[in-house]
Amino acid sequence: MNEINGIIAIWYREFKVFLREKSRIIASIVNPILWLLIFGGGLGSNVSITGINYQTFIYPGILIQAVLFSSIFFGVYIVWDRKIDFLKEVLVAPISRTSIFIGKIIGGATDALIQSLILLLIGIIFGKLGIIPGLQFGLIAFFISLIILLITTTSMVSIGLIIGSRMESPEGFQLITSFLLFPIFFLSGALFPINKLPAWLAPLTFIDPLTYAVDSLRNVILGTSQFTLSFDLGIITLFSIVIIIIGTFAFEKMKV
Amino acid sequence: MNIIETFNLRKEYDSLVALDNLNLQIEEGEIFGLLGPNGAGKTTTLMTLTTLIKPTSGTAKVNGFDIVREPSSVRKSIGIVFQDPSSDDILTGYENLKLHGMLYSMPVTLREQRIKEVLKLVDLEDRKDDQVKKYSGGMRRRLEIARGLMHHPKVLFLDEPTLGLDPQSRENIWKYIEHLSNEEKISLILTTHYMEEVDRLCGKLAIIDKGKIVALDSPSNLKRIIGGDVVIMKINNLDLEVMRRFPFIKNIESKNGLYYLTVINASENLQQIFQAAGKVESVEIHSPTLNDVFLHFTGREIREESPEGGWGQRVMNLRSNK
Repeated sequence: MNEINGIIAIWYREFKVFLREKSRIIASIVNPILWLLIFGGGLGSNVSITGINYQTFIYPGILIQAVLFSSIFFGVYIVWDRKIDFLKEVLVAPISRTSIFIGKIIGGATDALIQSLILLLIGIIFGKLGIIPGLQFGLIAFFISLIILLITTTSMVSIGLIIGSRMESPEGFQLITSFLLFPIFFLSGALFPINKLPAWLAPLTFIDPLTYAVDSLRNVILGTSQFTLSFDLGIITLFSIVIIIIGTFAFEKMKV
Repeated sequence: MNIIETFNLRKEYDSLVALDNLNLQIEEGEIFGLLGPNGAGKTTTLMTLTTLIKPTSGTAKVNGFDIVREPSSVRKSIGIVFQDPSSDDILTGYENLKLHGMLYSMPVTLREQRIKEVLKLVDLEDRKDDQVKKYSGGMRRRLEIARGLMHHPKVLFLDEPTLGLDPQSRENIWKYIEHLSNEEKISLILTTHYMEEVDRLCGKLAIIDKGKIVALDSPSNLKRIIGGDVVIMKINNLDLEVMRRFPFIKNIESKNGLYYLTVINASENLQQIFQAAGKVESVEIHSPTLNDVFLHFTGREIREESPEGGWGQRVMNLRSNK
């Protein structure tokens, strides 16, 4: 029971902070919209992929991108916690480090889920208004998408926290994550289809776990995909579990 | 009963020995001071006793629980106020306390009642709904003291509780510490390098130097060890041979061009000293302070070890090495 209370406590704090930092919420919504409208709209006026307008085609990829960036950057808050010594207050409490880690994941996942919810609603509205031509999905697709984004965010938040648990400075964290973020994002096929890639590129996209998240979301929202939904879901779930296990070890070894 | 007992507690960092087989007993219910210069091992002692770092060898018992084998029970028994601010400044004072209560699994009704009590104890009831970033340094320290008390710990550790505060806030914090020592059934352990703080608050103190306890007693007993008044003279070439012949001079030390004499009944014997010493430029007499005690046990004054002094010293050393 202590551990559950501890997890709730950690989540409570993360959520309060999230609600109070309005700029974080706004930035996490505005950036993906800019990608959709300007990048997607610009290319979409000339390009379509397998009969789908490019702007519509990248919508699932942009959802994943949004969750990827905010989830991994969530790890920087543990670096700040260490800097202001708040981390000591948490570490000296009578709860296990695993509970602290899980509380943090739930905290980060909550942020990403709220962000996903808003972006999905915006997708529906933009589709209806014709701003993103041909984007249409129903309630079931909406909820399955949320589940996919939830599984994705747990693994990405964990990666951010693992890096954060090792870092002394926010600058160091930024440096490491930017090295990591762009390859993961570009290789995931968020911005292009992965069925006709050159031989050197294809294997790289297949080892990127995010590829399967993008593919599953494309399946659910656009009805086009490379793999079956159950295969995609299997891969991203397995990946999340592995990363969470690694994360609990990283937190166990974390220095004060 | 001993609330804290350490058994050959040792902590090494690479080649540095931070705690050198520390053996210490602290009785329940007292305000205990851990006095020492920066880097003496005060904070390491605290971090080890609060289970935040593991000792290299040896162990300790806090409230009867072993810090290595029963860290969870130790954590439930203790509260701690860290040297640096450790509250979340985006949250309000109330939210920080609520979070703490949640982390310690306090039942909701007890938690809310206790929040009211501790806020009253540190006079922050009016400011409880302000974000901590709007608090002054002293207020924030008070909030963190209140937070450390939330879950009814048996021992409250305070790491340099008044470091970096202005004299008025310092006086304020001292009052709260005295007050809570009377109000709550609790043992208080504080580290400090301020002599006034120990003199004012502590029933007992340990002087810690280079990871070792060099003295342990009440402030008044330690001062008695000096065994006389302290006479500080500024003088050119004091004839030490002559001085040592006086039976009432117990000790002579020279520091920074000043002579520190420990003299029995200084006011009566001063005339004789002056006659023998020749031309004295200036003189000062005072009854022994903890600073003298510290000098006696470590051969240094604590103030020389302040961060600035230490840094200056290092710069000087670098220069002389060239």
